[in-house]
Amino acid sequence: MNKWEILWNHREMILGGFKSTLVLFGVSAIAAFLLSSLIVLAIRTGRAPFGRVVRGVVDGMRMLPFLIYAYLLYYGLPSLGIRFDAWTAGFIALITYHAAYFAEILRGTWATLSTGQAEAARAHGFTTFMMYRRIILPQLVLRAAPVLGNQVIICLKDTAFLSIITVRELTAAASAVQSQYFIPFEAFIVAIGLYWLTSMLIEALVARLGFAAERKGLGYKLAAVRR
Amino acid sequence: MDTSSPPFAVEVRNVSKSFAGIEVLREVCLNVAHGQTVSVLGPSGSGKSTLLRCINWLEEPDSGEILIAGVRIGVRADGKTHMPDRELARMRARIGMVFQSFNLWPHLSVIENVTEAPIHVLGMAEDEAIGRAEKLLEKVGIGEKRDAYPYVLSGGQKQRVGIARALAMNPEVILFDEPTSALDPELVGEVLAAMRALAEEGMTMVVVTHEMAFAREVSDEIVFIDQGCVVERQAPEAFFDRPQTARARQFLSRYT
Repeated sequence: MNKWEILWNHREMILGGFKSTLVLFGVSAIAAFLLSSLIVLAIRTGRAPFGRVVRGVVDGMRMLPFLIYAYLLYYGLPSLGIRFDAWTAGFIALITYHAAYFAEILRGTWATLSTGQAEAARAHGFTTFMMYRRIILPQLVLRAAPVLGNQVIICLKDTAFLSIITVRELTAAASAVQSQYFIPFEAFIVAIGLYWLTSMLIEALVARLGFAAERKGLGYKLAAVRR
Repeated sequence: MDTSSPPFAVEVRNVSKSFAGIEVLREVCLNVAHGQTVSVLGPSGSGKSTLLRCINWLEEPDSGEILIAGVRIGVRADGKTHMPDRELARMRARIGMVFQSFNLWPHLSVIENVTEAPIHVLGMAEDEAIGRAEKLLEKVGIGEKRDAYPYVLSGGQKQRVGIARALAMNPEVILFDEPTSALDPELVGEVLAAMRALAEEGMTMVVVTHEMAFAREVSDEIVFIDQGCVVERQAPEAFFDRPQTARARQFLSRYT
């Protein structure tokens, strides 16, 4: 049997893995972004000790290798009596880890906004939360779109680590097929192709955000010209 | 006017404010009656902008009190505890502000800048907010820029959007913080014209400005501040023709 044929015969397993990867990635990226939005609000407007503690946790998270973090949640915590199934541990790892990175991107971008815009929002009667949601956050997303998009792609690729804590996602499926039939090249090429495809979709979305930013004069190109 | 409404749109009572140990405002008092235009003049660094920013609590005074249409801003009725975010926001919604550096929201088009707060703060229906915003943009002479984004506008156009944005909230009073100081000289006139029209319609306005001719022509009262103190408070003709203090005379001599 041809090597590609073997893969074709196992297409359901591979596509099943791919579907799991998409679910892990999609849910985690969205949840991580929402969480990071709240984290940044807490850092910027929270009362003194609270904001600083949140900032510390975010920094600590960013200094951690993702694989060890996933290991810790899945294999480490049971020794403290906390037991998650592989999917739950995977979601928690992806969401909290990438929320820390998203938060750092948003926080840094916020620092570049003029304070006058927030003052104008307050002067026009916005509460802190509404000001953040309507005035600050949309601009952070538009201005940071390329960097956020980059982090989203890293989030996609980090789902592959979860194969090590027994989540049956794309990498695990490709790995299972290749080890059974010893066709590592073909199996991994297919997996890579699917990761690429997803990344290109993400890039296309990011590009649309970039066009929107450009139209509003918030894009990188215009900013560079005006400076 | 409604007889039950308090006599003053804005009352500033004995407000003091320091930054890093430097006293910027010292026991400042200021009353602005409904429909009046009061211009606050004074050398740079005299505390004019700080006074204005205390009125809508963008700066918190160290002492003294400020009333908007008879209601104290920034502190609760007991006079001690801070006003909660939501309540403070509700009071600020009744106070318009126009900034020196415009502070338009760059991710929103001109019309969206004007409808944003009416829809999301006042809860106005979108259609109504858009209709009103279009009228206000016509009024300040930039109806044709409706769908432009702020970055393509000139300073004068931006500031007129800023004025329309403040007006859209139907405020009790509008605070103007040096609205023409960031403009090229040839653009100052269009902004002053829009402000003059408002004053003539009876909008209550507190204007911090260096435009002496404008202040003289439009104001009902001039308040002259120097080193954080109100030094003179007079009708415009009296202030410009017969200043009472040496400091005011010295200040005015630089403009003639």
